[in-house]
Amino acid sequence: MAGKTLYDKLWDSHLVTQRDDGTALIYIDRQLIHEVTSPQAFEGLRLAGRLPWRADANFATPDHNIPTTKDERRQGLEGIKDPVSRIQVTTLDDNCREFGIFELDMNDERQGIVHVVGPEQGATLPGMTIVCGDSHTSTHGALGALAHGIGTSEVEHVMATQCLLQTKMKNMLIRVDGRLNPGVTAKDIVLAIIGEIGTAGGTGYTIEFGGEAIMSLSVEGRMTVCNMAIEAGARAGLIAVDQTTLEYIKGRPFAPKGEMWEQASVAWRELVSDSDAHFDRVVVIDAADIIPQVTWGTSPEMVAPITGEIPDPDKESNSSRAANMRQALKYMGLKPGTKITDIQLDCIFIGSCTNSRIEDLRAAAAVVKGHKVASTVEMALVVPGSGLVKKQAEAEGLDKIFIEAGLEWREPGCSMCLAMNADQLGAGKHCASTSNRNFEGRQGFGGRTHLVSPAMAAAAAINGHFVDVRDMLLTQDR
Amino acid sequence: MPLDRANVDTDFIIPKQFLKSIKRSGFGVNLFDEHRYLDKGEPGRDNSQRPLNPDFVMNQPRYKGASVLVARENFGCGSSREHAPWALDDYGFRVIIAPSYADIFFNNCFKNGILPIVLDSKIVDSIFAAVEAEEGYSLTVDLEQQKIELPSGEAIPFEVDSFRKYCLMNGLDDIGLTLQDADKIKNFEQRWRGASPWYFGVQG
Repeated sequence: MAGKTLYDKLWDSHLVTQRDDGTALIYIDRQLIHEVTSPQAFEGLRLAGRLPWRADANFATPDHNIPTTKDERRQGLEGIKDPVSRIQVTTLDDNCREFGIFELDMNDERQGIVHVVGPEQGATLPGMTIVCGDSHTSTHGALGALAHGIGTSEVEHVMATQCLLQTKMKNMLIRVDGRLNPGVTAKDIVLAIIGEIGTAGGTGYTIEFGGEAIMSLSVEGRMTVCNMAIEAGARAGLIAVDQTTLEYIKGRPFAPKGEMWEQASVAWRELVSDSDAHFDRVVVIDAADIIPQVTWGTSPEMVAPITGEIPDPDKESNSSRAANMRQALKYMGLKPGTKITDIQLDCIFIGSCTNSRIEDLRAAAAVVKGHKVASTVEMALVVPGSGLVKKQAEAEGLDKIFIEAGLEWREPGCSMCLAMNADQLGAGKHCASTSNRNFEGRQGFGGRTHLVSPAMAAAAAINGHFVDVRDMLLTQDR
Repeated sequence: MPLDRANVDTDFIIPKQFLKSIKRSGFGVNLFDEHRYLDKGEPGRDNSQRPLNPDFVMNQPRYKGASVLVARENFGCGSSREHAPWALDDYGFRVIIAPSYADIFFNNCFKNGILPIVLDSKIVDSIFAAVEAEEGYSLTVDLEQQKIELPSGEAIPFEVDSFRKYCLMNGLDDIGLTLQDADKIKNFEQRWRGASPWYFGVQG
């Protein structure tokens, strides 16, 4: 019999009951909650007279609607100018209080983007099943947890039953062999993967990312990769547990301590795919082939290397794909054959659950240090992923580097990744963004998003157009 | 109504500004908002006064009152927002026909009484052609028999998970059904707590 994949192991260890029709009830260890996808679930509980099955399995923090300027944040809830947003945030506070759920509220120093805060607090642990009413829950797979996004009905279902009704996914392995070139980051890896397999390439699969280039990443880099598994169509991304994982978790507030830590860390060491495990699909990528990536269209698969140019739909043999490309280029206001380095930028956004952790901010700061944001750039935001990331960055003086270079240093939240708060990209404006989606209108009505790594966004901020960050790093080394 | 576009994401189906509602209803008027109207929509606005985009298929009078949406590959990708099926349902769509869907969206449809049907892309092509060729074209979806009846009398069979079909047909409450297995959940939980106590209430 073939061995088990990491996904098989996580699935089997959480299987409550298997039904004849192929569906299964899976036990959920942790539910993360934010203000946008939870109010209707709490309301459902109330209407049915139900209580949470296990209140202590839930962990909440508001993030999507939170204002990110200091002035607004100083005023607390009153600082949320949009009354509809404010209601959503206060509703989360009220619901958590009513149902006895742990919440890091807007004024708590530890508040932030739920996918940054969960791992940071140790609320995400290896071997857990984790859900959240948010598709980027795949992020937590970086720690060897089975984590994926769910809809609001399922949020309510998990609150009420601690279980989720699931059918098992297929197993995919994406192996990135060899070492990354200098200046190439986790974000470039995952964009290159999506470019390779497409936005539906992972549909129906759980993707395990492996290989030397992946295992050489820090846990934060691994989170960036797993975060965008959903952009490749896979609800969950996974990375095996190793020493790097354990070192990241040790000592975090929700992580086990003392004797229990010893036991847990032994158990977690087993969270790797067996050497003879069967994968339904295997994709192998050579790390040496990956160079900094930039998206040019309205889907994350519309991506090109920084040295490339915008492809020509007339040369695309698949007619449906050609039509999509034309639609995307029209929306983006770009022409086939344009060099990626000739794309001019109006706005820079460094943040989001993909790239707002301390290492992301360090990478961006290293590039902008001693430079100024180009005069043609109208807005350049740096939005740390949590209050603790912000504090750490300030302790290292990164805030000063950004401010001196002309970038705005903001308070933590989802911000312009999806523009539910006041941070919005104007119509027709081009933005170099470290977020995860370049869909039409995602960052603001009519806004044009280009997804890149933090270092690439920083380099673009200084130049006003895309540049190969590897050239800048080389210059700095001299 | 034919929506001839691949990779329609949930931001396309319902833009984020409408996610601020704490209700489940009322999203229909903002379904496909950025394409349906020419200006930018905001929650609480009177949508009847907004300029319609005449080029968007939904605004063609012939598709008024449509309850079947015909779509392309990877429909519903992106954000997990259940507001997307809420908006489709609130507008009046009961069935979606497409060659493929994103997983989370597909799942969310069943939770809201919408039937997402997967058909071979060649068959979907032929339905697009038929709908566009004939004004007032209508087809009947028989969930019980798992077939789509075309005006020509031809029937196209489709697959649907038996449990989901059962729930759709009977309008069942998922939570109530799961709680019938409460003893199994409790037994599992007890065993799991014994084996992995670090997942239970360890807080610093």
